[in-house]
Order: sequence, then C-alpha cells, then structure tokens
Amino acid sequence: MPAIEVAGLKKNYGQLRAVDGISFSVEKGEVFSLLGPNGAGKTTTIEILEGLRQLDGGTTKVLDMDPWKKGYDLHKRIGVIPQGFKFLDYPTPKEAIAYYGALFDKHVDPEEMLRRVILEDAANIWFQHLSGGQKQKLGMALSLVNDPEVIFLDEPTTGLDPQARRAVWEVIRKLKTEGRTVMLTTHYLEEAEELADRVAIMNHGKIVAMGTAEEIETRYGSGARMIVRANEDLLKFLKESTKLQAEWDGRGSVSIHLRDRDDALVALGAIHESGVEWGDLTVRRDSLEDVFLRLVGEEGKVEKGSE
Amino acid sequence: MAFSGRRMLAELRVYARGNVRSREGFFFTLIFPIILILLFGAIFSGGGVSQTTVYVQNHDSGPVAAAFIAALNSTSSNCSASTGLCLRPVSADQNFSQYLSSKSVSDGIVIPQGFTTAYTMNQRINVTLFGNPASTTSAIVSGITRSVVNAFNLHGNPGVLGVVSRTAVSSSYKYIDFLVPGLIGFAALTSPMFALVNISSTYRRDKIFKLLSLTPLTKTEWLLSKIIWYIGTTVVSFILMSVVGVYAFGAHINVTWGIAMFLVIGPFFFVSLGMLVGSISNSPESAAVVGNLVTFPMMFLSGTFFPVSSMPMYLQGVAHILPLYYMIDGLNNVMIYGNYGPALFDVGLLVVLSVVVFFLAVRFFRWRED
Repeated sequence: MPAIEVAGLKKNYGQLRAVDGISFSVEKGEVFSLLGPNGAGKTTTIEILEGLRQLDGGTTKVLDMDPWKKGYDLHKRIGVIPQGFKFLDYPTPKEAIAYYGALFDKHVDPEEMLRRVILEDAANIWFQHLSGGQKQKLGMALSLVNDPEVIFLDEPTTGLDPQARRAVWEVIRKLKTEGRTVMLTTHYLEEAEELADRVAIMNHGKIVAMGTAEEIETRYGSGARMIVRANEDLLKFLKESTKLQAEWDGRGSVSIHLRDRDDALVALGAIHESGVEWGDLTVRRDSLEDVFLRLVGEEGKVEKGSE
Repeated sequence: MAFSGRRMLAELRVYARGNVRSREGFFFTLIFPIILILLFGAIFSGGGVSQTTVYVQNHDSGPVAAAFIAALNSTSSNCSASTGLCLRPVSADQNFSQYLSSKSVSDGIVIPQGFTTAYTMNQRINVTLFGNPASTTSAIVSGITRSVVNAFNLHGNPGVLGVVSRTAVSSSYKYIDFLVPGLIGFAALTSPMFALVNISSTYRRDKIFKLLSLTPLTKTEWLLSKIIWYIGTTVVSFILMSVVGVYAFGAHINVTWGIAMFLVIGPFFFVSLGMLVGSISNSPESAAVVGNLVTFPMMFLSGTFFPVSSMPMYLQGVAHILPLYYMIDGLNNVMIYGNYGPALFDVGLLVVLSVVVFFLAVRFFRWRED
C-alpha cells in the first residue's frame, strides 16, 4: 500500500482551476517532490493531502485515510511544515517543542530534538528573534514531535541563504534514512534533483512530467547537444551541408542538437570540413532545468537556486 | 476528540508566557486599568451621584393626595425625558424603605393615610421625604417637594402640610464607588475582546490556526485556555482596582464571594464574543471594524466610567441591551448595595448568553480551510 495515493484530484477557486485532475502515488520511504513555478497548484495539492482543504473532485488517501474526513486521526501520524512557517512570537524553540510534546501526549526531549535539526545553539531564543533558517528548522523539529510516518514540506528552503538550505537538506536526508516518507514541494530545481527519489513537474494545475530526474531528462529532453566555440560561419556551413539543427548563441558559441551518435559524428565531420576556427568543444545531455524550461516555458519564472 | 486538560494547560502556559513577555500584554493587563482609575478617580472624585428616579408611595385615596402627586408631576419632566425627575408609584402594601434599598435608590416620597381628610380638616400632616443628604438629586427632590407643599399651604391653611425627612438606607455613594466595579467591567471587556479579535486575524494570516489544526488540540480546549487566562487577568485587575480605589480614593466596596461569579462569567462571555466576532468576519480589517462596533458602545454606555442611572433615559434603554451592563450592574449589586437577588439575575442572564456565544464561537471558528 502506498503512503500517498492521489487520483484525479481537482480543486477550483472560483473560475481558477488550481488543481486540474492530477494523479500520482508515493511509496513508503520515498522522497517525492512536486516541482513547479509559483501558482502551479503545489501548495493546494499538499494542503488537501494534509487535510487542511477540501477537494472538489477525485480521491486522495494518505496512510489509507481520507485526509479531510479523518483529519484528526491522520494528523497524529503525519508531520507538516507549512509554506513560510510562522509560529507564536514568544516561545523559545525549547518551549515550543515541549508544548507540542504535551499537545501530542508524547515524551520528547527538547534538547535531543533540537540536536536532530541542528538548532541546539538557538534553544532559548524567542521565536520572533530567530533567523529565517532557524525558524524553518524549528518547524521541522515541531513536525517531528509526533514521530510521523509521512512528512509534508511545503517549500522548506524558500528565502533561506545557501548555508541554511544545505542544513535543511541535511535534515531531510536524515528523514529518509529513518525510513519516513517525505513529500516536498519546491520551485528550486536543484533541491528536487538533490533530494527527491521521484519528481512530478506541475504547471497550471496539471502534472506535465513525472519520474526520476533521469527518466524525465531522457523522456522529455531533446537528447544531447554539442557546444562549440566558433563564429557564425560554422552555423551557415552546418545549415548548408548537413541536416543538423543548430543555433548561434550570439556570443561566440554554436549549439548543435544531437539526436543520436551518428549526429555526433556528422557534426564533428562538418566542423572539420568547414575550416572555421573552433575550440572548447563540449557535449552535454539536457538537464532537468532544460526540460523544465521547455515544459513550463520561460514565463514560468523558475528559480535556479542561489548557488 | 476527547477533551484533554493536559493539552488545554499546555496551550494556557504558552499563551500566558507570551502575554507576560510581550510589552503590550503587560501594559494592557496591568498598567492601563490603573492609569484609568487614577485618571477618572482624580477627575471626578468627590462628586456624588444619585438616582434621578423618585419613588412615590400614596397611602391616601382622597382627591388632595391625587392633586399633590399631579402637582409633583407637573413640576418635573416625565420619565421619557432626558432630564428632570421621574415619578414611579409604589403600591401601598410595600415596606417603603426596604423597597428603596432593593432598588438601590435613595429618593422617595410617602403620602400618609388620611392625607386628604387632614388637609380638609386643617389638621397638620406630614409627607415623608426619603433621601440622601449628600446627594444632589436628593436636594432637588427635596426642593421640589417643599415647593409643592408650600403651594398647598398657601391655598389652604398655612402650615397644615409639613415635610419629614428620612435618610434612606442606601445612601452616600460616591462616584469612586461606582468607578471601581465599572472599570473592572471595562477590563473584563476590553482585554479579551481586543486580544481575541486580533488573534483571530493574525493567527489566520500567519497560518497558526492551520498549524494548530494539525495537532490534537481542539477548538474547545483552545478557547477554554483563553477564557482561563482572561479570568486570571480580570481577577488581577479587580485586585488592583480595588486596592487603588480604596486606598487612593476611599472607595467603599464590599468584598464578597458574589464578586467571583462576575469575575468568572464576564471574561467567559467576552472571550467567546471576541472569537465569534473574529470568526464571522472574513478579513482582518472587517474583524477589527466589527470588533470595535461591538466593543465601543459597551465601553462607554454600560456603566464603566459613569453609572448608567446618571445617563439620559434613552441611553439607559440602550445600556440594557448591552451585555456588559449586566456584569457591571451585577458588580454594583454585590460590591456596593449588597443586593444578591438582582445580582443573581444578572449572573443568570450572563451564563445563558455565555453558553450560547461560546458554542457559536466554537461552531463558526474554523481553523482549517480559509
């Protein structure tokens, strides 16, 4: 039985189809990432799975429970960090963890919990005085108080500096090694690539691609490209004497699309034949980013991450 | 979703800590009420306040007594006017002084049996004037009564009517005596109303309700923890007000267990009301507006800064539909007059209102889908 099952999920806000009939499932122990630009419907999806919103169509099951109807029971077994986690101004992380322990009727050692999320230095600072990264780590600690089987992280590193992001990633990796199921939304490609076993790319309420990063690159990528430093004469020559697709980047490089190995040999031969001055030849496959940009479009305004 | 005292206390502890640590919480709970009592006490201390209503008991069925009452009526405005005196008849079989104290008033006139006969037979007879010598309204009532008596004496035999003054049992209340319970009511109203209306919008904005809905904490436990906290702050304001009132301004108040009923039920009602107002409004702005619309009339018209009986009649009518009126009226009854019957009525009414508003608040306050 998968940890999360979604079939034909729909949610409308008035005229807007925020989530438009998506389906996927997440296995136990898997890290699954919903990747997409702002407004793609990621948060709506995750909030429906958390039992915070009612769906308009389709079915959802989390740990074999209907999240909306069985929310009260489900919440004892899942952990959630909402987008832009905020808490009360005055409790310290230590107090906040003790408070959650009492709410869940769990015996937790706040110190030990803070060590797990690497927050022991800020144990006694009022929440309002914590840095963005520290707040996010407290959110993770709180979501772990009830020893959850499934953890939902909605854009856990948005707005954090690179160092803080690395620290949050570290914690997420630990969750996976503990055998927990993690569902993560992000608009950082790098984050999905780094952490997720499988990725679903969402745009305008629909899933446009799903699989491991490699599968997506292979299936939706246009293969590989050869990039060579040369002037525009090479492009002209390629167009005249071969059937290869190529572009001039306007700065001093020609990019040649390679559908297969033969294309590569043809390209090399053509470069040699052209007699044009060339150098710095590289061959690389389409990255998740290339696929993402193609599927979501440049207007998707995806953030590549700050590193 | 069974009720858990442990969860409620955990919530209470976090909330209490936040209030102690935040400067606004500290100011509005402890400092602000003291500033108010010092301010109003200093401005108005010494000024006496009495009822404007005059109770009249007529033991005589003759025409002269009727004419005497008509004359009294003609010298004063009727009861619907905003100024002047209001004559209220009291049936002849009542014990008049007990009746006055049960109404917590001191002004009254008694026309004795045989009034008409004595007047026509030229035998001297006295009307009895109940009042408080220190009160300005008693002086007015006395003046009017004496002028009517003089008029009757001019028409008949000089000196046939006399006036006997009696000091009413419920007497010599000072402004400060009313200010202490009034400001306790003020504190019980304002701290929870403003806090809960504010919480209902900021918690929604910061998604803290969503966060809480993901824990086993229930809405009932959450709301009860707030009620307990504001009962606590109201008890603290009661102690501060009473100490300042008694020692700085010489207020006379009875400290009895009856006060406790109101210190519990008042915050219970206003926490629930604040949450209900915050919950039915769909934006923080409208919550603040509705909150003010509900709070401000009560803040000024329920007997907080001035006794309701000193207000014009039409405003007294308004006061009677404001819940805070019944808390302050109840506190006046137990702290000043020692009238437990009316106080129990006040408390009963507030209990019914509180239960209704509490359940409505829990019902309408949604912490999942916004």
